[in-house]
Amino acid sequence: MGTRECKHICGESSQGIGEAGRTGEWRSARPVIDHDKCTPARQNKPACFLCWLYCPDAVISKTIPVQINLEYCKGCEICAQVCPTHAITMVNEEEFSS
Amino acid sequence: MADRNASVQILDGNRAAAIGATLSRVQVVAAYPITPQSPVTETLSEFVEEGNLNAEYVAVESEHSALAVCTSASIVGARTFTATSSHGLAYMHEMLHWVAGTRLPVVLACVNRAIGAPWNVLNDQQDSISQRDTGWIQIYARNNQEILDSVIQAYKIAETVYVPVMVCYDGYILSHTEMPVDIPLQEDVDRFLPPYKPHTTLDPAKPRNYNLVTLANPRVNAEGVLCHGYMEIRYLLQEALQNSRGTIARVGQEFGELFGRSYAKMFWEDRLDDADIVIVAMGSLAMEATVAADMLREEGHKAGVLGLRVFRPFPKSDLVKALKKSRLIVVFDKNISYGLEGATCSEIKSALYGSGANAVVRNFIVGLGGRDVKARELADAVKKSLSSMKEGVLNNEYPEWICEI
Repeated sequence: MGTRECKHICGESSQGIGEAGRTGEWRSARPVIDHDKCTPARQNKPACFLCWLYCPDAVISKTIPVQINLEYCKGCEICAQVCPTHAITMVNEEEFSS
Repeated sequence: MADRNASVQILDGNRAAAIGATLSRVQVVAAYPITPQSPVTETLSEFVEEGNLNAEYVAVESEHSALAVCTSASIVGARTFTATSSHGLAYMHEMLHWVAGTRLPVVLACVNRAIGAPWNVLNDQQDSISQRDTGWIQIYARNNQEILDSVIQAYKIAETVYVPVMVCYDGYILSHTEMPVDIPLQEDVDRFLPPYKPHTTLDPAKPRNYNLVTLANPRVNAEGVLCHGYMEIRYLLQEALQNSRGTIARVGQEFGELFGRSYAKMFWEDRLDDADIVIVAMGSLAMEATVAADMLREEGHKAGVLGLRVFRPFPKSDLVKALKKSRLIVVFDKNISYGLEGATCSEIKSALYGSGANAVVRNFIVGLGGRDVKARELADAVKKSLSSMKEGVLNNEYPEWICEI
């Protein structure tokens, strides 16, 4: 079965995580959240969520605690940059490879 | 515009194009003035200002922006129109690809003008020929009636096959020359041309992204449906142009049934029935070629004319049939694909390949930058080709130029 079934006649997509596809192995660093510093987790309230708002690939959940889908996360570091409590640290992927 | 419903008016080509767009009830017009197209934009802005055209007229700062405005307006469901010439069309080049790639039925009037360097504001067809591979349908008009009729048909074609249409007509020769034009009644045009139904969806309840980065391979979207990769989308554009020939013919025939002027064929034929010498030309040059054919007939040659109307999609098989009996085909081009020959000549030779045709093909480059083309010159070029036929060379390496070098 070919792609004709999608019925699109130009580049068209619906909203969803991972618009640019699964990340694969090329990410050099991943965001790691310290929930002791993260506002929603610390206050147990739906607050802040700036990382969710800014994530360009929509891989961060608006939940308590906040979760990051690493299958699609590109490691762009925007979440770490916008976090007002510095709860997100970028950790080199090498540290996770075993 | 109060006299819009009069049946025949004396119009120049630019006004014919503006009236064609108005009768098509365009909703958004975005254009940037450039010689010799400027009167089209001036006329349309007047129509909007006077309340005779219920459209948004967007004054933009460049041709690139003009077509960008048409792109956005078309994707949200408005019927859009723009017009340009020469350097303006070149400046639109990127957006021409975007419009075709998004399959938006934008209609553009290209008033054919030479392109620099050096500066020149007069006519040839280098501007639109240079945009040949952007995925637009290209229709060339021979006179002002055909300009008006082609603009109206262009919307019906474009909105059926979702491919943009460029209606091309020669600068000054048509754009600034007045001739009688039969203007259809608005209610008849309304009957012919239904409102535009976009293929794109703009609904907050069903959000969609258009033209995001599309990867090389197909992939499954958020709903689990396998979607096109870049190449499949390009394939569909080519398929749409291939299949548009049927729509162009059907729309041209319907137009003829309603308005008495049929456009069911991709090209105009003049005395091809018994002709063994065929002159091929596009746009107003096809009219000049008819006069040249008259001269050749008077001198005892069986000459006919094939006036190309639709250049993209190129009507290969129809052309082969029409040229079957010819033993000499003389192609006059108001353009040049540098390093090779005139574009229409290349296309015709490519169409003839494998057809069994054994005709001699000769190519002449004429009329660049407004150089006057006289019927006598065309006839003499045909006669020169006749004598070179005896050498038995079917296909010359390069074209000849009618100029004084």
